[in-house]
Amino acid sequence: MAAKRKTPIKTRNPDLIRGVGKYSRSKMYHKRGLWAIKAKNGGVFPRHDPQPKVTATVEKPPKFYPADDVKRPLLNKRKPKPTKLRASITPGTVLILLAGRFMGKRVVFLKQLTSGLLLVTGPFKINGVPLRRVNQSYVIATSTKIDISGVNVDKFDDKYFTKEVVKKKKKNEGEFFEAEKEDKKNLPEDKKEDQKAVDASLLKSIEGVPDLKAYLAARFSLKSGMKPHELVF
Amino acid sequence: MPFKRYVEIGRVALVNYGKDYGKLVVIVDVVDQNRALVDAPDMVRGQMNFKRLTLTDITIDIPRVPKKKTLIEAMEKADVKTKWENSSWGRKLIVQKRRASLNDFDRFKLMLAKIKRAGVVRQELAKLKKENAS
Repeated sequence: MAAKRKTPIKTRNPDLIRGVGKYSRSKMYHKRGLWAIKAKNGGVFPRHDPQPKVTATVEKPPKFYPADDVKRPLLNKRKPKPTKLRASITPGTVLILLAGRFMGKRVVFLKQLTSGLLLVTGPFKINGVPLRRVNQSYVIATSTKIDISGVNVDKFDDKYFTKEVVKKKKKNEGEFFEAEKEDKKNLPEDKKEDQKAVDASLLKSIEGVPDLKAYLAARFSLKSGMKPHELVF
Repeated sequence: MPFKRYVEIGRVALVNYGKDYGKLVVIVDVVDQNRALVDAPDMVRGQMNFKRLTLTDITIDIPRVPKKKTLIEAMEKADVKTKWENSSWGRKLIVQKRRASLNDFDRFKLMLAKIKRAGVVRQELAKLKKENAS
């Protein structure tokens, strides 16, 4: 393919009305510069030899023809897009979690992952919320923003958060009656290090704002007289 | 009890219903028993039912249906804005608006401030009680 034009080409022969151009054939010949192409090629219009035909590979006739026509499902070329992020949610926004173990906690938004989920952190030292994925629908975005420029979140993606695949041990009879020998799974050390690294710069920016640390440590709850549809978050 | 606030030309009123809710307007003419012609520096002069207006104590000195320029001059002369903002009614509205626009973080800071103030008051009270008891 020739190089793509940056702007779509506008016709050199504008329509007077539909079907009738402004310029005649001879004028258009001149406008298109066909005379110049001919002159460059020695008075003759350049011809290209036809490209050699690619012989099609011979297909062997199939050995088996099915008796009934089997319906094939239609082709689906849909590529799902990541969830559209609400305009009020930008990196560094304080979010209020509405469901789950950390219901009511105020949490800092880091980035949106490719699955559409939001990557969020407490910070852990302040309110016990670790690096975690959260769905946009279960979140209220407040208008409080924190400076998040010192944090590097490039290494976190959905694969980081998938469960580890544990091979099931085959139990013999004797072991049926034993209590689960495995103790509670401890978080691997590198995940703890990641948490500390992300939180270090966040904590500095949080401590710069008065009362923000206590704000993030507190949980949100609806009190008497608060009308959610009238509250400004 | 007799009426104190009358519908008259120059009476400043607060709009309590409709598109211009919360605005201060001046009655510049009376259309009929139910409607008034109403004007404000930032709106097009138009009619409004009296039921949409709540009269205030403030009046200004204007001729019937003044030009916008004269209206604005008269409002400046009577200092409607400062009179309104210093009146208890006006101050209450300003506080209501401020409270409604508070952010979640602002509400948290407000709660901390209230607790702090209550603590200080309680300490003073305890001091006074001790003095009184002794």
